[in-house]
Amino acid sequence: MFEFLVKRIATIVPTLLLVSMLIFGLQQLLPGDPAKILAGEEQDPTVVAFLRAKLHLDEPLPVRYGYWVSGVVRGDLGESIRTQQPVLELIVQKLPVTIELALLAMSIALLIGIPAGIVSAVGRGTAWDYAANMFALWGLSTPNFWLGILMILLFSVELGWLPASGYVSPFEDLGANLAAMIMPAFVLGNAIAAVLMRHTRSAMLQVLSSDYVRTARAKGLNERTVVLKHALRNALTPIITLGALELGTLLSGAVLTEQVFTIPGFGKLIVDSVFNRDYAVVQGVVMVTATAYITLNLLADLAYFLVNPRLRN
Amino acid sequence: MSVAISLPPSRVLAPEAGPWQRAWRRLRRRRGALVGLAVVVIFIALALFAPWIAPADPIATSWGAIRQAPSTAHWFGTDELGRDVLSRVIWGTRASMLAGVVSVSISLLLGVPIGLAAGFLGGVVDSVISRVTDAFLACPFLILAIALAAFLGPSLTNAMIAIGVSATPIFVRLTRAQVINVAVEDYIEAARAVGNSPLRIAIRHVLPNITAPVIVQATLAIAAAVIAEASLSFLGLGQQPPAPSWGSMLNTAKNYVDQAPWMAIWPGLSIFFLVLAFNLLGDGLRDALDPRQR
Repeated sequence: MFEFLVKRIATIVPTLLLVSMLIFGLQQLLPGDPAKILAGEEQDPTVVAFLRAKLHLDEPLPVRYGYWVSGVVRGDLGESIRTQQPVLELIVQKLPVTIELALLAMSIALLIGIPAGIVSAVGRGTAWDYAANMFALWGLSTPNFWLGILMILLFSVELGWLPASGYVSPFEDLGANLAAMIMPAFVLGNAIAAVLMRHTRSAMLQVLSSDYVRTARAKGLNERTVVLKHALRNALTPIITLGALELGTLLSGAVLTEQVFTIPGFGKLIVDSVFNRDYAVVQGVVMVTATAYITLNLLADLAYFLVNPRLRN
Repeated sequence: MSVAISLPPSRVLAPEAGPWQRAWRRLRRRRGALVGLAVVVIFIALALFAPWIAPADPIATSWGAIRQAPSTAHWFGTDELGRDVLSRVIWGTRASMLAGVVSVSISLLLGVPIGLAAGFLGGVVDSVISRVTDAFLACPFLILAIALAAFLGPSLTNAMIAIGVSATPIFVRLTRAQVINVAVEDYIEAARAVGNSPLRIAIRHVLPNITAPVIVQATLAIAAAVIAEASLSFLGLGQQPPAPSWGSMLNTAKNYVDQAPWMAIWPGLSIFFLVLAFNLLGDGLRDALDPRQR
């Protein structure tokens, strides 16, 4: 167990290092002199000179990378050109909002996706299976920002039940917070529910045709116990791993969802900084996102390890 | 070693049908895939013949006809500048189709050779390529595309490059895995034994045998690329105004949802149907081309 843990954690170090190189390399894509671009419209020579010194632009590329990555390791992701705030501080401010949205969306996705997958596998070839597959196709093909606009149209404009935008902190007013978050969470969870449904369906189909399920049925257990205790438990392992890969979809989708519902989270931060040409913030956000994604996948692997006793020895 | 050659039963039954013909026959039996194919063909026609099909100029503004509801004059209504929404939706097909096809072509042109090199050469080359692929995959697809588009500058071309590059690692991984599976087959060993060069083996013997899964993945990737282009345009990082694209139309429509909901309905429905069509076609192709899944 310990050995596996150490080995698995060791594999993320080179990945993170390469991710940091990739993100640092983005700066090279800027057309022209970065200092001039970052200095904004006026291109005040003193500002340009200041930025050049601050970003070590006169040094060779590997040296600049060295400065940048040593900062990143210490938690220094640079400063926002606009607000002069440390990038990490900006991210930490916005992160809880996105985490709440992501958790709500994942809960909705699990609540819809797994039961739908089970029903569809158990009733293979029936109307239920057909309906669940239709739902999955719909979920995979609907752009979530469009679904968001449609939901605003229905629930905010036509029915007036839910606010179209306006984030409220859960510590201020939990009811208002949930009212503002339920639509975005559904929009974000919808596509993931579709993917989870498909994974659950194929994992369940495989398990349901296995010998131990036949044995469980043969010894007279009722179908409910067979499906939920014997089959689902074993089907869960691939669902966890494949589901964890959807965390990337979750983070990507949050960018669009936050934009539609004007939620002041992580995704809105990256979009706003793209338009403010605040490149340090963009780099910081991508770095944090990638780190989060790698860590979450690591946790999923560990969960996989825990639910699958065969791997433990 | 036995000299007698026994033909597999399928070849005895249908001696004239090649694997592609058999796949087409299987595809034809899938209604969903055929509907998908038909819808894709319709959208291709819309994109190609937009100038002749669209009833009005997609960028001609008309201050006298701002945000008019759908009518016989404007079937899909007009937008905030009085432009005909139907014409913009038809012209917008071009941006989406182009983005889907061009960005996936970029992914294929980069990903397949790199994956082939990794799987076929192995060793250090494989390790380096695999680690870099992991790093790319660690950045969520759309976030990487947003970052790339941000640094390259907002335009449809840059959005297509950003999407194509972001989707490349999927093809590297797929190709590499397929190559490793195929490389141990007897016919590769035979090709090597007769003295073919590694490059020739890779191109003439390995590549044709990994085409099926790559085609399936490419079809599904087009669906993802169409959504990604719409997403980037929605955020203002794709097609720039006034040129029409479904994503940027939705971006504007969002601000008028209470006064002019038709502005949001049609571009969104178009994205939905095009993506659905590619997904149906991709699923059908997978069933038709991958005998293991049957």
